[in-house]
Amino acid sequence: MSEAFTAIHRNAVGTLPARRSEVGRSLLATVAMALILAWAARVIELRPLELLRDIGNVGVFLRGYLNPSFTHVGEYAWQCVVTVCIALWGTLLAALIAVPLGLLGARNLSPHPAVYFVTRRIMDVLRAVNEFVFALMFVTAVGLGPFAGMLALGIHTGGVLAKLLSETIESIDPGQVEGVAATGAGRLHVIAFGVVPQVLPNFLSYVMLRFESDIRSASVIGMVGGGGIGFFLWDTIRSFKDREAATVILLIVAMVMLTDVISSRVRRMAI
Amino acid sequence: MKLPSASGSTPRPPTLSGALSPIVVLDRVSKLFSGHRALDHVTVRIEPGEFVAVIGRSGAGKTTLLRCLTRALTVTEGAIQFGEQDLALLAGRALRNHRAQVGMIYQQFNLVKRLRVIDNVLVGRLPHLAGWPRWASVVGWFPGSHRTIAARCLEHVGLLDRAWQRTDSLSGGEQQRVAIAKLLAQEPRIILGDEPVASLDVVNGAMVMETLRRVASEAGVTVVTTLHHVDYAKRYADRIIGFRQGRLVFDGKAVDLTAAAITNIFGESPSGGERVGIEPGTTAEWAVS
Repeated sequence: MSEAFTAIHRNAVGTLPARRSEVGRSLLATVAMALILAWAARVIELRPLELLRDIGNVGVFLRGYLNPSFTHVGEYAWQCVVTVCIALWGTLLAALIAVPLGLLGARNLSPHPAVYFVTRRIMDVLRAVNEFVFALMFVTAVGLGPFAGMLALGIHTGGVLAKLLSETIESIDPGQVEGVAATGAGRLHVIAFGVVPQVLPNFLSYVMLRFESDIRSASVIGMVGGGGIGFFLWDTIRSFKDREAATVILLIVAMVMLTDVISSRVRRMAI
Repeated sequence: MKLPSASGSTPRPPTLSGALSPIVVLDRVSKLFSGHRALDHVTVRIEPGEFVAVIGRSGAGKTTLLRCLTRALTVTEGAIQFGEQDLALLAGRALRNHRAQVGMIYQQFNLVKRLRVIDNVLVGRLPHLAGWPRWASVVGWFPGSHRTIAARCLEHVGLLDRAWQRTDSLSGGEQQRVAIAKLLAQEPRIILGDEPVASLDVVNGAMVMETLRRVASEAGVTVVTTLHHVDYAKRYADRIIGFRQGRLVFDGKAVDLTAAAITNIFGESPSGGERVGIEPGTTAEWAVS
């Protein structure tokens, strides 16, 4: 060991400054969290013992599901295709909505704070209102069917993608944008050359991730009249056709798995 | 706009010829940031074609000076004359036109990393597009004449074979030369440098400075650049201006920058004998890209 190091180690005279203990704070947080959870358990009537007692009923219920019926499998399969189409167009509509909202709602790009504020609030509304609620609204506007479901999905997902896009834009390297703006290029050119190359891979990735989640949403949006396999899911479960319901659920699982696999493949290839 | 002849094989400045730099006059310029004087009554006159190095410690006002010249900042007192134009009066389209006339070169290159090298050079052509090519360029389409200019600018800095590579696959020194090619494509009337070699190693730094010096003197374009190393300033600049706490404390030829003048600009370094920022490579060697 070098003597210089030893000297440094030994000659230190100061001690570390005192630090406030964090035990009290952690304890307080734990107690507070426990109280909130206990209250919430009362609210939702959490009774785990009853679940154990009645577990036999679940077995009776499951028996029908172990024996799926294939009488209407062709119709259900077609409805799955409809579901994928709803998600496809819904996601495209969402991407188209997200681009202008995302640009105007990014702090570093928005032309005016007021524009930024309004755009952000629009995004909040689109995200806060569930796609089912939008579907109920569009069903009254354009009638029952896949078109209403697609509009509902597109509008809601548009808000989600717009928020993701605006946050991606806010985190870009300002130096690269300055490098374009410093040539005297106009706003459109600054966006096309300085911003788009920086956000495009992320944005495409978000769009495809949302497509996967839109398939899951589209598979149930038929419950409220938005078209696709969801109507049959709702109908068979409600009328206790357990064997039919089992088929529908199996098809949905297969569809979601298949589209997830394909979509993530494409995503990896493209980006 | 003049088209470059397709044949010419000798590399010469493809586009800068004929660009005439304006006289830049700073008249008792001060810039205040919430009471702090970043620039303090600076009066300086820069003649067309001069290569001016701006030196001084961090916070001495060098970058503020550059940002006032690009009109990213507006001066608090005094005025900057850019040729006939008073910079304080610029707005909107006139401001963009001014920026098109000022070529910037940065410490961090500020190229769009995910674009190909040639596209970054073409960014320099954006202010020269008019009519429908202006719109077509948004999706990456440029007229053949502009693509030829960009290619020749790239050739001029010796990087034509890298045209189709992604910009971030190049080394720091190469990226800075791409930035110079972009400057050439932009045809600015004045070049401003913000520590263009501070993040490069000694060899690449010297190469970039020599390229900058060569294109500037061939085209007769004024260069005003901040430089960390007094040694670089002495080697490449015609004229050195030194700032200390916002005040101009040295203005003269490189040969007149004596040891006493350097001490006056930078102050004594903590260790006494050595002065800050004299040896090239003392910090640059740590910052190899």
